[in-house]
Amino acid sequence: MGIVRFENIHKIYKMGVEEVKALDGVSLSFEKGSFWAVMGASGSGKSTMMNILGCLDRPTSGQYFLETHDVSKLRDDALSDIRLKYIGFIFQSFNLIPQLTVQKNIELPLYYLGWDAHKSAERARELAERVGLETRLNHRPAELSGGQMQRVAVARSLAADPHIILADEPTGNLDSHTGTQIMELLAKLNTEGTTIIMVTHEPDIAAFAHNRLHMKDGLIDRIEQN
Amino acid sequence: MSLHQSKLIRNIWLGIENLLLHKLRSFLTMLGVVFGVGSVVAMLAVGEGASKEAMTQIQKLGSNNIIINSTKSLEDDSSNTQNARINIYGLTYFDNERINDTFPHVKKAAPAKLIRKESRLGAQVLELRIVGTTEAWFELVPREVLAGRVFGEKDVEDFANVAVLTEFGARKLLATKNTIGQPIRIGGNSFIVVGIIKSEEGQAGNLQIPDQQVDAYIPLSTVRKSFGDFFMKRAAGSRIREIVELHQIIVQVDDIEDVEPTAAGIERMLQDFHKKKDYELSVPLALLKQAEATKRTFNIVLGSIASISLLVGGIGIMNIMLASVTERTREIGIRRAIGAKRRQIIIQFLIETVVLSTLGGIVGLAMGILIPAIITYFAGMPTVITAKSIIFPLFISVGIGIVFGLYPAINAARVDPIIALRHE
Repeated sequence: MGIVRFENIHKIYKMGVEEVKALDGVSLSFEKGSFWAVMGASGSGKSTMMNILGCLDRPTSGQYFLETHDVSKLRDDALSDIRLKYIGFIFQSFNLIPQLTVQKNIELPLYYLGWDAHKSAERARELAERVGLETRLNHRPAELSGGQMQRVAVARSLAADPHIILADEPTGNLDSHTGTQIMELLAKLNTEGTTIIMVTHEPDIAAFAHNRLHMKDGLIDRIEQN
Repeated sequence: MSLHQSKLIRNIWLGIENLLLHKLRSFLTMLGVVFGVGSVVAMLAVGEGASKEAMTQIQKLGSNNIIINSTKSLEDDSSNTQNARINIYGLTYFDNERINDTFPHVKKAAPAKLIRKESRLGAQVLELRIVGTTEAWFELVPREVLAGRVFGEKDVEDFANVAVLTEFGARKLLATKNTIGQPIRIGGNSFIVVGIIKSEEGQAGNLQIPDQQVDAYIPLSTVRKSFGDFFMKRAAGSRIREIVELHQIIVQVDDIEDVEPTAAGIERMLQDFHKKKDYELSVPLALLKQAEATKRTFNIVLGSIASISLLVGGIGIMNIMLASVTERTREIGIRRAIGAKRRQIIIQFLIETVVLSTLGGIVGLAMGILIPAIITYFAGMPTVITAKSIIFPLFISVGIGIVFGLYPAINAARVDPIIALRHE
């Protein structure tokens, strides 16, 4: 039984009178500890799939099981809770909060979990060390390079000890050398047991994953193993 | 609870940090509340100062007191042109006794007979205004004894020739502490100065403070024995001849609740015994109530003017917060994606607004305290800052933060994280 299961997921957007089927009955299962790359052209439905996977959006129909929870019908507050406790996000444009220091950015999930300041600071330091940024804790994002910002984002995604990490084009804004470093970091996290699902359109980057899922017109086109 | 508290403090710090990122903007946003609260506090202080002055004057008369004055009735006044007869009017010794004996709530009544007599102390010769009264006077019109003592029941019973000078009279006669025990001649009789008491100045509404322009007190019994009730004065070719037994009676009522009913009772009684209305009742309590009503109206008027400026300040804050929410859409999206609930976003923005408006309130409060101080210093106008005029505006500024922050905060929480994350 997978950690993530889609059962006949549909997502339909209404654009005026026209209906757009972003996902047209997708069923899949990702095992715990796996590393997936989701690929596909723009408009293939991979972004919609990531949004639903990340509990940022609800499917129009079908069921989504995250571990034992059926999250497809949950209300907004409950979805927030699932995101907080089960999911870590890494974005293409890093999405750090500019006015907060590196440490505060990493602490952000812990803040919403209600950790006390002392424990959070300790955890942030530990994570910064893990991504090699222990000397930058008091810097603001604007003072960091792209690669460093993405490392902060990785540290932040790990803060609440999530069961899955969702990475949306994590290397899209990085040069290939830095991109490789980030991918190595993700691969290392995966060997330590974290399930990773990553959207990318670069075959080089997708090569870091164990499995590749190709989307086309809101459906799974094919699945490949590395 | 400690978890809650520390979380609130962290939220407040977060708010302050965010506001400090845009110092000038935050400051300008605050100005509306600063001026609003400042003007509320300053206006309250000025209003409070003016009414307090009136109040203390009234209170000097005693809020449990009823003051009855003898007045020449209007009919008498017109017949006075005949110039031949003697005017007999005013309160009588019997009035005093009846008031003392009839009314259950009357604690004490102090009669006062006012005479003017040529007096001499040492080398000073002056016409003094002298009040003949009983020992009760000094209880009903309590004044600090500056030297010596006031006269007591025994002095009144014994027809003692003792005099108590007021500060006012003492100054005229150049009397000092050393004057105590020395003789003063009043209208040909010799009295011993036994004490000097403090005088109060000022008016209370249209009512004079009882000891205004009194130079000396002597026992009523002595006045009656030595000088009688007849008074004659030559003025501008005519002669004024009067018989007035008592010029004033001050009545003290035991409970503030009974003041007004007792005053009404006394008035009815006097109506029965006096053919003409040659007396006048004043109730300081009634004046006090009137002054309070005036003050309330004044405060409402000032308050509504000031609340307009607070409203403007609040709208200013709301405007900026709405802009801030738009500007920080992406931040909101990030927080929501990470797992912040709508409620937590609302709280974050609400706290920021409340911090802003409360800071504005505190600065405004400082301004509102400073301005009246300047007014008092340069214009000599009394101003009073009460605890109420500090606490009330602070609550108001917190309230403004909540009221005008709620809408922007709810707007922030409505942000769709998917769209917000794409927002540049």
